[in-house]
Amino acid sequence: MANINDIANYAQESARQLGIKKYDIYGSIVDETSVQVDKGEPKQVKASNRAGVTVRVWNQDNTVGITSTTDVDLNGVKLALQTAWEASLFGAKENVPDFSPESTAPVADIPNEKAPQAPVSRLIENLVAAEKELLAAHPAIAGVPYNGLSQKDIDRFYLNSDGALRTEARSYASVYLYSKAEEEGKKPRMGGAFRINRSLENLDLPACLKEAAEKTISHLNYQKIPTGKYRVVFSPEAFLSLLGAFSNVFNAQNILDKQSLSTPESLGTQIASPLLSFSDDALHPHNVSAETFDGEGTPTRRVEIISNGVLSNFIHSAGTAKRMNAQPTGHANIGAKVTVSSNFYHVFPGAAAEQEYSLDTAENVILIDDLQALHAGVKALQGSFSLPFDGWIVNQGVKTSIESATVAGDFLELLKSIIYVEKEPELTPGGVCPRIWVDELSITGE
Amino acid sequence: MTLSIQPSTLLISKQLPSLKYTSTSDRFDETWEAPLSTLLGLGRAAGADFIEFFLERNNYISCLAEDDTITSISPKLSTGAGVRVFRGKGDCYVSTNDLTFTGLKAALEKGLAILGLALPTPNAYIPEINLELLRDYATKKGKDIWLSECSSMREMGEILLSANAKLQQKATHTQSRRATYFRDWQEVLVASSDGTFARDIRLTQSVGYNLLCADGANRSSIAERAGSTSDPNFLRNWQYESAAEAIAESAGKMLYADYVESGTYPIIMANQFGGVIFHEACGHLLETTQIERETSPFADKKGEKIAHESLTAWDEGLSENAFGTIDMDDEGMPAQRTLLIEKGVLKNFLADRSGSLRTGHPRTGSGRRQNYTYAAASRMRNTYIAPGEYTNEDLFASIEKGIYCKKMGGGSVGATGQFNFGVDEAYLIENGKITKPLKGAILIGEAQEIMNKISMCSQDLGLAAGFCGSISGSIYTTVGQPHIKVDSITVGGR
Repeated sequence: MANINDIANYAQESARQLGIKKYDIYGSIVDETSVQVDKGEPKQVKASNRAGVTVRVWNQDNTVGITSTTDVDLNGVKLALQTAWEASLFGAKENVPDFSPESTAPVADIPNEKAPQAPVSRLIENLVAAEKELLAAHPAIAGVPYNGLSQKDIDRFYLNSDGALRTEARSYASVYLYSKAEEEGKKPRMGGAFRINRSLENLDLPACLKEAAEKTISHLNYQKIPTGKYRVVFSPEAFLSLLGAFSNVFNAQNILDKQSLSTPESLGTQIASPLLSFSDDALHPHNVSAETFDGEGTPTRRVEIISNGVLSNFIHSAGTAKRMNAQPTGHANIGAKVTVSSNFYHVFPGAAAEQEYSLDTAENVILIDDLQALHAGVKALQGSFSLPFDGWIVNQGVKTSIESATVAGDFLELLKSIIYVEKEPELTPGGVCPRIWVDELSITGE
Repeated sequence: MTLSIQPSTLLISKQLPSLKYTSTSDRFDETWEAPLSTLLGLGRAAGADFIEFFLERNNYISCLAEDDTITSISPKLSTGAGVRVFRGKGDCYVSTNDLTFTGLKAALEKGLAILGLALPTPNAYIPEINLELLRDYATKKGKDIWLSECSSMREMGEILLSANAKLQQKATHTQSRRATYFRDWQEVLVASSDGTFARDIRLTQSVGYNLLCADGANRSSIAERAGSTSDPNFLRNWQYESAAEAIAESAGKMLYADYVESGTYPIIMANQFGGVIFHEACGHLLETTQIERETSPFADKKGEKIAHESLTAWDEGLSENAFGTIDMDDEGMPAQRTLLIEKGVLKNFLADRSGSLRTGHPRTGSGRRQNYTYAAASRMRNTYIAPGEYTNEDLFASIEKGIYCKKMGGGSVGATGQFNFGVDEAYLIENGKITKPLKGAILIGEAQEIMNKISMCSQDLGLAAGFCGSISGSIYTTVGQPHIKVDSITVGGR
């Protein structure tokens, strides 16, 4: 398979032959292996080695066309450039994207190397052992229907006809374990956990196993709860998933497209409780998926989004930054229409809280561990959500699993109703965040 | 009787490097038989019980019109292959972009190694795998010209801009209008060690609207999408005027809707996309994938009553031009019509090859995948509840206070059978009449319980295009049903 230098050479040669003077290419080469097990035996093992590139071409009228391809040999890259040139004839004539002004600026110097891949047999052995241990954790745990252990090497690159050339390579390993418990006369219950790190060596499999077991066991004794208004505590993962679902609030492209709850004038306004601050920080030291440049080659960085409740920055591509007279922030995804997305959230306390809360003393609060079906229950453009969740009702530190319930509300109202941001952050795959307390939300139980 | 040793015509392993295969590079035709047959034999010689090659070429394009501008035309080209190797009931899947003989052999070798097998020694014979004559659905059904007959980039842009202009005429309080279209052309070839050798071309297209309306703090967003397979003229024939009218009306009604009050209600679910309830609450649980995982409450219920006697349901790949229609599945098996439930009694499961191997249920032509990077798995095609004997008027007349779910959003089902789906457009029913619009509703329930509460089915079966994400990626499916009544269900709201 072609390497990055080969692809760069193919592009240069093909562009010359086709008379294309301005282009850029973003791509990746991925080598991945994953395993699943079932009752001590490997169930399915997958391996793939694949490449993909996206080319953008500017024609003589400065309109842009794009094509993606997995054919990264000379003919494939040439065909992609040619198809992109054809598409450029129908490209947008307003707000035409351009190379990022920072596509050759220095990127952060962070560890940037691949770990040796472990043999498949070791992945299977580790996962079989984890499954066995999880099954032994409690007599009610009847199976681990969702499990997987994978390792991945990724080489990313960005290059353009002005001479920009960026590359980086990383390795990741991840594991998930979701176990199912069954007891006579009761409904089946599930719990699970996920971990990711830079290599199999660094992956904390025992912690994943422990968390999966504890969560599953904690849901064995469940109860219905009455419908009503409750004080709600979001786990870090639950809060981050909600934040991600409503990221149009601080996404400059969404705002320019009028697909947002914010407008350009929202900057500087108080949109959340002063207790809340958060940033998007691709380079956070705990982000194992850290990328140093985005799809346009712009260096990634930490961007403060909400400071003490005030909306302080949007996240940008090169194009949105130009239109809004701001700096690119390294959040672009290359495409016929460049999109913007977040990297890694860091949520932390803002202003000092007048009152601190604790699950050890609070009464009748709902602790939401995991929000489900966000694709169905979030109306991102209306600001509302109505979501099933896994969680517990907590009374003075005693947690009782909730059989089945949904939480509903308005996201902007929720931000303003935050009454406490705990001090201890937790690391999740999507970011770093403490537990977040919200004064009152509608819960539908029975 | 005496046996004589015949001169061998079998290939010997050490001859492999000298083989010169010249398969057609831009078409999966008979020229692929020789190399694939050799590779399948090689895999068998290594000790694999079964080997399957899946080759795919894909030509995709999407187009987006925002308000009165085309903001994106995005073509994607891809080629790849996957090889699946079985040893006993275990299997592995290796995918690659490299379709040369060397590249496919490397993928096979990796798959064999994962299962503890190795390519045969240099002097080992390679068994002959006699593939069937190419079963070419594409050529037989005249599909080879489909791609060239589809709308050009220019035509796509013109139609979407006209559609958006029409939407502007129909809607009020418009904040943004989007018209989107995609065309997904896929050529596939399946060759496996049981002799399967089959080719097909699929053409899937979808076009639709997203409308966002705002008036002060009131907002409504409605999406509508149509989909088709096998019709190169699909976009040209899109009736965007009626689509614009319908979506504008829905958005207008929902703009000032109150939030639904949470609770337990009887509901009526509209036909077409209302079928997502059956897809999520029952269809997924009838896939052998779920039975293998022991996450289906219906695993041991074949032949038993699992639903109200008013309910009959099908899954099939045969409805003309429907979004989930396929001539063959991704394992080369011809499409089938599968009766899932008849008058409440569970009749069949949906099985792919590995699901059949591991559960014993017969294959149903349901092995599907998003693309070559996924192994096929048991998946739905066109899945729907059959028409019943009631009229819509009968359904409404039976409800004193309930909710009419006219337009469903997406949904999901968990491993314990709990499901949920959002409602994009809902109305309060009072004394058998629709009274006021409601928003923010999400339906929650358990599969086993809800299936016995679908007590009335109307006669107006309608199908709708959908996208289904699961273990083998995102695939095109159809959901469908007539108007149905659910006696009671939990509705999450405010």
